[in-house]
Amino acid sequence: MRVIRSGVGPLIQPPDVNAFRDLNRQKPKGLVDKRMTEAEAVERFVHDGDYIGTELYGTVRCPMSLVREIIRQGRKDLRVAGQGVLELDMLLGAGLVRAMDITYMGLEVYGVSHCLRREVESGRVRVCVEWSNAGIAWRFKAAAMGVPFIPVRSMLGSDTFEYSAAKAVECPFTGETICLLPALILDVGLIHVHRADMYGNAQIDGITGFAAEMARASKRLILSAEEIVPTDVIRRQPDRTAIPYYIVDAVVEAPFGSHPGEMAYLYERDEELIREWVEASKTEATTKSYLEKYVHGARDHAAYLKLIGDERLRAVRAMVPGRGA
Amino acid sequence: MTTPPYNPTELLICSAARLVPDSTTAFVGTGIPMLAVSLAQRRQAPNLIAVFEFGGAGAILEDLPRAVGERRTFHRALSATGICDVVEAAQRGFIEYGFLGGAQIDAYGNLNTTVIGPHDRPKVRLPGSGGGNDVGSQCWRTIAILRHDRQRFVEKVDFITTPGYLIGPGSREAAGLPPGTGPYRVVTNLAILGYHAESKRMMLVATQPGVSADQVIENTGFELRMADVIEQNPAPTEEELRILRDEVDRDRFYI
Repeated sequence: MRVIRSGVGPLIQPPDVNAFRDLNRQKPKGLVDKRMTEAEAVERFVHDGDYIGTELYGTVRCPMSLVREIIRQGRKDLRVAGQGVLELDMLLGAGLVRAMDITYMGLEVYGVSHCLRREVESGRVRVCVEWSNAGIAWRFKAAAMGVPFIPVRSMLGSDTFEYSAAKAVECPFTGETICLLPALILDVGLIHVHRADMYGNAQIDGITGFAAEMARASKRLILSAEEIVPTDVIRRQPDRTAIPYYIVDAVVEAPFGSHPGEMAYLYERDEELIREWVEASKTEATTKSYLEKYVHGARDHAAYLKLIGDERLRAVRAMVPGRGA
Repeated sequence: MTTPPYNPTELLICSAARLVPDSTTAFVGTGIPMLAVSLAQRRQAPNLIAVFEFGGAGAILEDLPRAVGERRTFHRALSATGICDVVEAAQRGFIEYGFLGGAQIDAYGNLNTTVIGPHDRPKVRLPGSGGGNDVGSQCWRTIAILRHDRQRFVEKVDFITTPGYLIGPGSREAAGLPPGTGPYRVVTNLAILGYHAESKRMMLVATQPGVSADQVIENTGFELRMADVIEQNPAPTEEELRILRDEVDRDRFYI
């Protein structure tokens, strides 16, 4: 296959599909109780320098309780797959990110990320490798397939391609130019779901974002769940299992785990607190104060929820259509 | 008939909404495109299928989403899948329209949402491609919505995040992008622009109310092609504004 053009971006997490197979072979296939706290899961499975990914994103079904724990434990020099809003913004704000495969890092309706600007423009984030949004999801898909790359028709002709680590090749079947994306195998994946059993069989309500692909692309996978359910609930509707137990390493019970983001059908986003972060993130000093108050100021997720208070949690729950106040 | 007062955001939304016909598919991001699609659905395009990049398709936009993956993007939708499913649908040719925005656009409709300045030491680090590059690569026709000034309409974008017609006729196809796809319209506070059929350069099609062709030229940092007849885009009507203010964004989150 003739390589026509190569992106100049470094491959900050080179895929090794054989090592991935060996590792997956070693994972326990028995039904093992994997329940643990955020602190234990991060302590055991997230290390300095790791390449991590989060799903879905900052304000939607996002593992915020796990992200706050990573900041509490100060896991540093992280490399991240950067499709993010609040979660990566907080990791950037805490100065824990060294390199990014980036597709979108911003605050959506609130505009550009101040933390991203500070970290990248100062050179503290040393590398930004560019991709399209589906590009990152497809890289997970390739890893989930257990193959080293996937051919796609995005990114071609653009600087997004030039500053990626993708390659344009001549398709051996059609002769046309096609873009090859390298598989992205995460050291650690972090996913928040609606419910899981103690073994890690998980269900998601609503859109699945890129959970199915990213879960299967993770060497180590930490799930947080709004609710831990008996395995019988899973067995009743096995077609609803988005993530099967054998790829999961830790199951953390985290009600309101996506707060201040939303969880479809359960609670809405906490606009006031999201705005508080947006404002705080504008300077280093106020970013630090926010993290002191909402992350370091609460020893665990239960303490965080206490800090937020029942009244606000009830309010975001009551905002879900059909639930009423 | 007197023209009711409206703000520039309302003008952009109403102008973009008129461009989309009924019974077709459109890739939608948050912000102005979403309001335009919601307005179009309440007027000429009740069966316009809004597709959101994280998997929602065919939602009833009773309330405006504040994020591309939030529950309003699949409220009473026809399907709620994931990003691979919907972008692969676009890759197979199912998505007709795509909406885009950007910090910079050039004469060929290439868009920059990545960096101002050099990539390795940017003056301003912007969010990046997000779904923009996928939309600009895969959708049949893209509509860009931008404020119109010389900082945004530039001869050469600092970074081609999302491909327009790249360097001219045939260059999308030469790069391997799906044939027949590309920029269709640019909606701004000063004008509606299209692309010249042969040269693929941006072309003035219509001016916004009270704006002259010269004003558009003055605020554009590259040479614009001119359509044979330059139309006047009608101002937002009372009905459009009423629907926009009382129904589409009744909480006034965006307008």
